[in-house]
Amino acid sequence: MDHKRRVRRRNIKRTEVWGQTHVVAKDLSKYPCALSFYLQPPQEEIGLEEFEELAVARLHALKACETAKVRYPSRGSDFTQLISKAERKHLPVTESGDNDIRYDQRRRDYLSHFILRLAYCRTEDLRRWFLTQETELFRHRLMHQDTQSVNKLLALNNMQFKAVDAGVKQALAPELLAVHSITSNAGISLERMLSTDVFEVPFEQALDLVRSRRALVRNGNVYVTKDNLIPIIVAAFRARLSASLAHTSKALPSLEEDDRLLPMLKSLSQQDISHGFKSKTATAGQVTPADIPTLAKESFPLCMRTTQDALHSTHHLRHGARMQYGLFLKGIGLSLEDALAFWRSEFTKAMSHEKFEKSYAYNIRHNYGKEGKRQNYTPYSCMKIIMGSAPSTGDAHGCPFKHYNEQNLKTKLMAYKVPTATIHEIVQLVRGSHFQLACARYFEVTHEQPSGTATVTHPNQYFEESRKIRTGGQQQQQHRGGADGATTTTTTTTATTKQEVPAELSDEALMAALDDSAMDCT
Amino acid sequence: MSDGDFPQLLQQYYARLFPYTKYFRWLSYGSTDKVFQNREFSFTLKDDVYVRYQSFTDLADLKQAIQAKCPYKIDIGAVYTTKPKDHKKVKASEFYPVQKELVFDIDMTDYDEIRTCCSGAAICHKCWPFMTAALKVLDKALREDFGFQHLLWVYSGRRGIHCWVCDERARMLTQEGRGAVAEYLQLVSGSDQMACKVHVPPSYPAATRAFDILKPYFHSTVLSADGQDLLNHAEQRRALLGVFEDSSMTDDLESRWTGDTRSSEHKWADVEKAAKAAKKRSKLQAITLQHTYPRLDIHVSKGLNHLLKSPFVVHPKTGRVCVPIDPETADSFDPLAVPTIQQLLTEFDDLAEQEQDNKEGAEVGLSSL
Ligand code: SF4
Ligand SMILES: [Zn+2]
Repeated sequence: MDHKRRVRRRNIKRTEVWGQTHVVAKDLSKYPCALSFYLQPPQEEIGLEEFEELAVARLHALKACETAKVRYPSRGSDFTQLISKAERKHLPVTESGDNDIRYDQRRRDYLSHFILRLAYCRTEDLRRWFLTQETELFRHRLMHQDTQSVNKLLALNNMQFKAVDAGVKQALAPELLAVHSITSNAGISLERMLSTDVFEVPFEQALDLVRSRRALVRNGNVYVTKDNLIPIIVAAFRARLSASLAHTSKALPSLEEDDRLLPMLKSLSQQDISHGFKSKTATAGQVTPADIPTLAKESFPLCMRTTQDALHSTHHLRHGARMQYGLFLKGIGLSLEDALAFWRSEFTKAMSHEKFEKSYAYNIRHNYGKEGKRQNYTPYSCMKIIMGSAPSTGDAHGCPFKHYNEQNLKTKLMAYKVPTATIHEIVQLVRGSHFQLACARYFEVTHEQPSGTATVTHPNQYFEESRKIRTGGQQQQQHRGGADGATTTTTTTTATTKQEVPAELSDEALMAALDDSAMDCT
Repeated sequence: MSDGDFPQLLQQYYARLFPYTKYFRWLSYGSTDKVFQNREFSFTLKDDVYVRYQSFTDLADLKQAIQAKCPYKIDIGAVYTTKPKDHKKVKASEFYPVQKELVFDIDMTDYDEIRTCCSGAAICHKCWPFMTAALKVLDKALREDFGFQHLLWVYSGRRGIHCWVCDERARMLTQEGRGAVAEYLQLVSGSDQMACKVHVPPSYPAATRAFDILKPYFHSTVLSADGQDLLNHAEQRRALLGVFEDSSMTDDLESRWTGDTRSSEHKWADVEKAAKAAKKRSKLQAITLQHTYPRLDIHVSKGLNHLLKSPFVVHPKTGRVCVPIDPETADSFDPLAVPTIQQLLTEFDDLAEQEQDNKEGAEVGLSSL
């Protein structure tokens, strides 16, 4: 490991060398396949300028993956189109064609991956974002490359899948057919099933399929047809990348001395925006407990508004809701002292002060990083809320669009005076599992915005967008000025449409590039 | 039992009855290396003093510590990279869990909305079969679907059951792997805001198998007058019919039943007829699962470093010992007949015999390891 670290470090040092790009022979055996698991760190020198350009290109592609997932969560053809477009523009890889072109494409792909890996391995949140988007990009490519590339990838990585023999297949046939008809909406005859290859894979390698019950699980294996190997290969990619990221982050401290690279890597990862919402201590105190009821009505997304309602009527919230709501309030600028006062005043309507102090105050201080591991917890994103643990009996957390049944959602929206026609639209979106789009629709109608203009990725982003509209933008300006290196999910109105790659890596340049990509996607 | 007696009783229990040797053998898994030494235990002492990161070098050390501290409760955690008691001596990043049994926790309080006999911590013979049904279904799924063989089922001492899956493959599962298995098994989940909490197509193999196992329990526990008699309780009945998400059908049934004092079994026959007429037969399966399928607290299963109450400790409130349950004879397991610590210790004449029984019970659970 020591050795590896040294090698990687030397590579990075080399990138500082300006304009000394070697002329390398374009040997395609270096990048034998259009698809890659990115296992070996690259061993070549690149100039700072190219370093930045590659980073920005890949950010475009990854950002498109994120946007696509938010807009089209069920991964339909619109989803594919959006990613394809960005990929073609910024980071194309093809399996056929001119040798030199293929070499250049693959090299760009390879290097840019490793550059962003450095930039995004620094914190848990960044790692998670990078891992999610890289996996999405890989899945996209895997599904659109021809079988030959996929086979090459598997052969290169020693991933052989074993097809079961006829006897096993026969024994499992009824259940294989049952699962098949659930997962594909189309029946298949017994004969067809018996003449199709069925692969046996240890369940540990197919956790997504297990979790979502999209395969037959028997005897510690999943049994899948060829199409279903895709999630398994994707899972293998994800597992490897996840391990490498953890490893790189441990190796990163040795970079700290490198005063040139680190700020650049930092600023790279800070520019991307919607993966996390930094709660800014600079704004603590901006909201007081007395403001909350009004703000809840005016500017809270549905998830937080319903939780506030629940708190107000029951004077209690269980752990999941205390975390989700508490961190949201912290994110909108409720100071620790105010948070304690706020929770105390509600909870003590139903319990003694002693009980509150004994059982709940710790939890609140903990959210603010004042207890326990002293971690500065960040508010939950929509993805985390929607994909996170679903509320069970008595819980008030979660996303109403996802976790309420249709009737209850309708009732709630009616109570919040959403017009019937819009409720109907929202219900349609929810039926298609477009929870964040449903939320965006709710935003638009409650803020008198035209349809299709809002995007919701984070409850705190929802809130800030709302305040901007309700207060005519004043408060938002204050926010920005207060925090240095401000990260925010809102699109700046001052975005320039610079197309050329910035020579100097400045915040503004990257910001503009990213805003640009956001516009590309519309 | 008066609280005052408990510490003395406990001391005697730990001195004379706790099955140290078997316990140690179980947690060593036939290995001479650090599996036992790096295992985390936590003790809950008198007055709720909770001490984590206990670990022991061998059987004698374990025995000595338990007898000296006389814990009200012992929890078992994960096996770590180093001895948990020394965790402060290594860097935080180098101290992490590497293996643990895959565990499941089923608690009767999660059944409150479908219980008419008791609520909260209370249990009786009318509601305990919910646990038996849960055990049967989960046991089968873990063995058939995941190929696990070494399952230890334990009465939690009060109102639920635990399952320890001890196969090496289960112990080595990552956090994500545990989550996937737990979610796979969680066919029923959802908040009060959801009428139908069953999220699995009726023809999925695990669902049809569960349905077959659970059908008799649905009749004997949910419908029968010796069980919950659920359709004669307005609130629970409304929730049950809500699964159809068809208000005209349920209104129709409700109005037909006004003043109807027939048994739940009879009313269920009406429901079945109405469902067939409305082409909603699959909802009958959903209702059965929603009312009998194990309600798992999957957070307990997901966490690699999550601790769970150890088998063989004594529940301080009930005084009952957390004894293993044999899945083969689970139907006849009676939690209210589980020996309490007093019974064990005061009925001295029976002691030898009871201890023997108790050990045999343990034998059944542990010999499979
Ligand atoms: S989409 Fe996001 S902001 Fe909207 S309700 Fe759901 S979790 Fe909240
Ligand atoms: Zn009962």
